[in-house]
Amino acid sequence: MSLQKSDRLVDVYLLVCAVLSTAIVVFIVLFVAWEASGSFVDPGVLSFVMDPSWHPTYSSYNLLPMLVGTLVIAAGALVVAAPLGLLSAIYLQFYCQGWLRSLVYRVLGLLAGVPSVVFGLWGLTVLVPKIAVIQQPGASVLAGIVILSMMVLPTMALSADAVLSQVSSELLLAAKGLGFSKFGLVFSVAIPSAKAGLATGFVLQLGRALGETMAVLMVTGNVVQFPNSLFDPVRVLTSNVALEMAYAMEGHRSALFFTGLILVVLIYALVFLSNRYFGGTHEG
Amino acid sequence: MNSLLSVVVALVLFSMTSHALERLTLTGSSTIAPVASEIAKRFESLNKDVRVDVQTGGSSRGIADARTGVADIGMVSRALKDSEADLKAYRFASDGIGLIVHASNGVSSLTDQQIIDIYTGKHSHWNQVGGKAAPISVVNKAEGRSTLELFLKYFSLHPAKIKASVVIGDNEQGIKTVAGNPSAIGYVSIGSAEYSISKGVPIRLLPINGVAATTTNVQKGLFPLSRPLNFVVSKGPSPVAKRFIQFAQSEKVKDLIQGQYFVAAEK
Repeated sequence: MSLQKSDRLVDVYLLVCAVLSTAIVVFIVLFVAWEASGSFVDPGVLSFVMDPSWHPTYSSYNLLPMLVGTLVIAAGALVVAAPLGLLSAIYLQFYCQGWLRSLVYRVLGLLAGVPSVVFGLWGLTVLVPKIAVIQQPGASVLAGIVILSMMVLPTMALSADAVLSQVSSELLLAAKGLGFSKFGLVFSVAIPSAKAGLATGFVLQLGRALGETMAVLMVTGNVVQFPNSLFDPVRVLTSNVALEMAYAMEGHRSALFFTGLILVVLIYALVFLSNRYFGGTHEG
Repeated sequence: MNSLLSVVVALVLFSMTSHALERLTLTGSSTIAPVASEIAKRFESLNKDVRVDVQTGGSSRGIADARTGVADIGMVSRALKDSEADLKAYRFASDGIGLIVHASNGVSSLTDQQIIDIYTGKHSHWNQVGGKAAPISVVNKAEGRSTLELFLKYFSLHPAKIKASVVIGDNEQGIKTVAGNPSAIGYVSIGSAEYSISKGVPIRLLPINGVAATTTNVQKGLFPLSRPLNFVVSKGPSPVAKRFIQFAQSEKVKDLIQGQYFVAAEK
């Protein structure tokens, strides 16, 4: 077999793989849209914002409280986890050295690998009762934010660390040569030059927070309502699908697929915006 | 070489046909699934040529799957509705639904009206029903669950009227939620609650209408808030499905049903 021929074979093989993996995603999105399509006709898209409540077995389909709940919890988790993640990454990249550094890496890697249901179980049995002592019922927006930020924090720190490690060493050396303090080096040179990559990482984590199901389902109480405080229980879009899909039929079922479609659109919008404003996911 | 290959292929095919397994798929109620798995294991050990696959997803799924033929047998933890007359239900056990509170809760019983008032938000504190001055956390089930349907039916409640503090999925989540919250009230399958209590989980079952929530009372037919556990098939089930249902209704699995704190059906 000539080298060229084998090259062509590899080429075709890779093309098939690439087409297959993208086709699967496209197929899934089309499937969700198809299953949700019933909702566009009956009850119609307007019912998802206009109906008096979410009681699908009684043909009432208002999703707005859950959309708000999802955004509040995901944004809350980002607000808590982003600064912590960034500061941990700065510590790892510029301050921490030797055995401590490798230990912290290992622990972060371990934390990032903990399945979400484990965080949920811990939240349900430890965190929620603690919050309930302050204010009933404990299962709340706050519990959701705490659990989610714990879940995204390790990956956030690791991705920010990876981005910071890409900052060109010439730039850092030059700054050092100019007599920058370490603090100045980090905050005036390294971070501004890594801004786009950091922002992209955070947006992707926000997407992950939006899509997280099990842990959130276990700690937020799942009551469909607009939260008035951090202590109010709330239901997010993913939990809605997970709680009810197994039992749903007909209109209820397509309303749940519509819920899924909203999530897909939200996450694609996030990725699109991050590509648009922060110049893609590959640039550091 | 070719002949050797064909011999191998023939052998493989032969071994596959001689061990051809009959498959039996059960889907439906998460209340029935654990006991159905136990029954299935025993059934498999007595019928080596049958493999039984048990999946949960709620009674509604059991109905839908039995209808479409996705499952051979649907597991449905309620009586069939009029609109489901195209299916045939075989009761093999019963289950009661009990109200649970935290073990430290001072309230020892609630009237039906008090329970309704708590679930509709008319009573928001335990001292309104003879307990401590603490707010009540109402634990409700997600829409579509048969436990919720039975609860609503018994108390004549509309789901929109219920003011829940926490909405849960399965029994286990309900028990964990109440065990972790001294002010909570919820309702779960009596069998699962009794099991958790025997394991030291700090919850307590409340009587309904003066009848203690025990599996014994469910068995005697005394407990008002109870439901049948059914295996549901479309008209004309396969012979294996029939055999499995007969087996589930027989004395041979009574210990398994009681082991899950359900009550075997009178036969």
